[in-house]
Amino acid sequence: MTHEPFEKNSIILLIGILIMVSIGGLVQIAPLFWVQSTIEQVKGMRPYTPLEQAGRDIYIREGCYTCHSQMVRTLRDEVERYGHYSLAAESMYDHPFQWGSKRTGPDLARVGGKYSDQWQREHLINPRSVVPESVMPSYPWLAKTPLDTTKAANHLGTLRVTGVPYTDDMIAKAKADIEAQVNPDSKGVKELLARYPKAKVGNFDDNAETVTELDAVIAYLQMLGTLVDFASFDASGPNLR
Amino acid sequence: MTDTTVERHAFSDALAVAGGGLVAIIGAVVAFKTTTPAMAFHGVVLALGGALAAIYVMTHAFGGKGYSPIDANGYFDGPIRVATVAAVFWGIAGFLVGDIIAWQLAFPALNLDMPWTSFGRLRPLHTSAVIFAFGGNVLLATSFYVVQRTSQARLAGRWAPWFVIWGFQLFIAIAGTGYLLGITEGKEYAEPEWYADLWLTIVWVIYLLVFLGTLAKRKEPHIYVANWFYLAFIVTIAMLHLVNNFTIPTSPFEPKSYIFFSGVQDAMTQWWYGHNAVGFFLTAGFLGIMYYFIPKRVERPVYSYRLSIVHFWTLIFLYIWAGPHHLHYTALPDWAQTLGMTFSIMLWMPSWGGMINGLMTLSGAWDKLRTDPVVRLLVVSVAFYGMSTFEGPLMSIKAVNSLSHYTDWTIGHVHSGALGWVAMVSFGAIYCLVPWLWQRKALYSLRLVEWHFWISTLGILLYITAMWVSGILQGLMWRAYDKQGFLTYSFVETVEAMHPFYVIRAIGGMLFVLGALIMAYNMWRTIRGDEPVDAKDQPRVAAAPELRPQAAE
Repeated sequence: MTHEPFEKNSIILLIGILIMVSIGGLVQIAPLFWVQSTIEQVKGMRPYTPLEQAGRDIYIREGCYTCHSQMVRTLRDEVERYGHYSLAAESMYDHPFQWGSKRTGPDLARVGGKYSDQWQREHLINPRSVVPESVMPSYPWLAKTPLDTTKAANHLGTLRVTGVPYTDDMIAKAKADIEAQVNPDSKGVKELLARYPKAKVGNFDDNAETVTELDAVIAYLQMLGTLVDFASFDASGPNLR
Repeated sequence: MTDTTVERHAFSDALAVAGGGLVAIIGAVVAFKTTTPAMAFHGVVLALGGALAAIYVMTHAFGGKGYSPIDANGYFDGPIRVATVAAVFWGIAGFLVGDIIAWQLAFPALNLDMPWTSFGRLRPLHTSAVIFAFGGNVLLATSFYVVQRTSQARLAGRWAPWFVIWGFQLFIAIAGTGYLLGITEGKEYAEPEWYADLWLTIVWVIYLLVFLGTLAKRKEPHIYVANWFYLAFIVTIAMLHLVNNFTIPTSPFEPKSYIFFSGVQDAMTQWWYGHNAVGFFLTAGFLGIMYYFIPKRVERPVYSYRLSIVHFWTLIFLYIWAGPHHLHYTALPDWAQTLGMTFSIMLWMPSWGGMINGLMTLSGAWDKLRTDPVVRLLVVSVAFYGMSTFEGPLMSIKAVNSLSHYTDWTIGHVHSGALGWVAMVSFGAIYCLVPWLWQRKALYSLRLVEWHFWISTLGILLYITAMWVSGILQGLMWRAYDKQGFLTYSFVETVEAMHPFYVIRAIGGMLFVLGALIMAYNMWRTIRGDEPVDAKDQPRVAAAPELRPQAAE
């Protein structure tokens, strides 16, 4: 065989290149949309509450993923340090995924509930006030910036387009659910918990007057990795890896 | 000029004005309708860009004002000069931001407690600035230069090459300011939001058309090997960019969007993209540079034609499979991880095929390594390429990866490739290009190139050795157990242990910035037309082709 056609015709060269670079991606990506181990449903998983989702958007905006992973690998020391290894299903509603690539700080896949709201608050405003050796930036503006709740419904609606099962009800009540999640004594809490089981309700930023970005980020951090109950999870289910 | 040429030019001028006007209108509408101040700012930037382009074309070309893009030598080099200067400008900006964030990791107070200066926003600014702004402009400049010379044809289009270059700068400005203002998709190396992505798509399609159009006009029967690599780079980046940025905007007038894929599918797509941004942006494209500038500078033919065919096709085929090595031991299925590892190891072979072809091109001219620091930059870059393409397959082995992943070893590996290979080969190409493009008989100073070479090499060595030590140290500390079977170190103890290495790394980065500043100075003096201080020490090929003394044949 001669290489001449590729060298003498740019379109043949172009087609040759396209074929060569398409194969690997097709083989590796396409099956992930239908093999059982990557699309399995696990009990306990639910879409994020509007407040958690807003917190997640801020987490992305501030580039937290550049230093924190959210993926406990199947290695002994990681499971002992961070908890049960992460399941594919646990990031099924993550647009985009936040597994990360660098741990300048610790993994956050299961950070939910490990620290108090007060600790999270102080840590985000000035990490060195609670961890003197930390190199994390301070995020004092989160406590001062009111959360923009007007776009919550629109954001959930867009997420529904990507496949997150938000109902009409959830979208319509997005703003109310945000208010309810930061007001433990309000009437909306019961409804919120019916829509989003296990949601953590609290005055996260210790400021009862305004819903701030700090509320949203702490609400998000406090739920990370808490949805699946690993006391009853059976990893030896059918067709798992 | 014939009548049809005049008509064709008038038509393309009108098209350019209409395009600029349309962009200006879209920018203005976005600026008025959005509720997000940052996006309004981007709308204004877009509107200004479009308006300026339209006004320029109108005042310089319309009604037979005699605009001609063609230089005296018959080539269309104006856009290349702009891209070359832009590459150095963005390069220095990107290196500097990189060094700032390196110091931030050593001394967190440098984050200044403001959103716009905190590590999480500056880090994407650094990676995008060095990869896309610096690397991208080097690739645009060299590909436009090489495709013209090896095809014996001038660039296709009257305004299209200008649009590609300035459109790309506009993309950089929108993406970069977006990060600082908190606009990001949050996908590594693909952070620009949907509207910046759309703009880049338009620029990229025109880039491909200009490149193909120039190839189509070629007077050489064969397409030169460097162009295979450039073409593979352009089309594969287009494919990766389109798939990985398949995102749903929350509104046509809001910057926020949500990526269509989620979780494990998104992770696999992202690292298919991410690893091939390395494979095709930072490797294939820069191999194109190697295949033109090394033979040109040392005046020797490429070592092996057969090897270039074999390593071209195997490189582009195998690279695409390597993505899953970023996801070892995660929730990605094992079979995909194993495929990723296997292909990454196989990738060692074509990578070294390219390295051998580049290095052996010096056969019979090895003395130039001693006498010409530009050759040294080019050749040492290929040596670094060989080193990091050996280290990469090593790190893709699952057992090694379990230690190296998430640590600074990865950062060190990336920088041995990015600083050692990509930046050094770019510096070499820029030092060749500047006298060639500005019609100078030599560089202002070869001695300054010598200084640049040694200062940046020292910087790179400090950088990567510090990261090897800190990465392996932290990886070992994370998995250390005491006699009772408990984890020995808390996480923050491993952070504390990193401090001295972060300082060394930041010093290394500082040297690298210093080297680039020396280059900018040298380049400025050359462009200004100052008399070279050591013209007699410079090889014949340092001069622009038109000013070269003919070799005695």
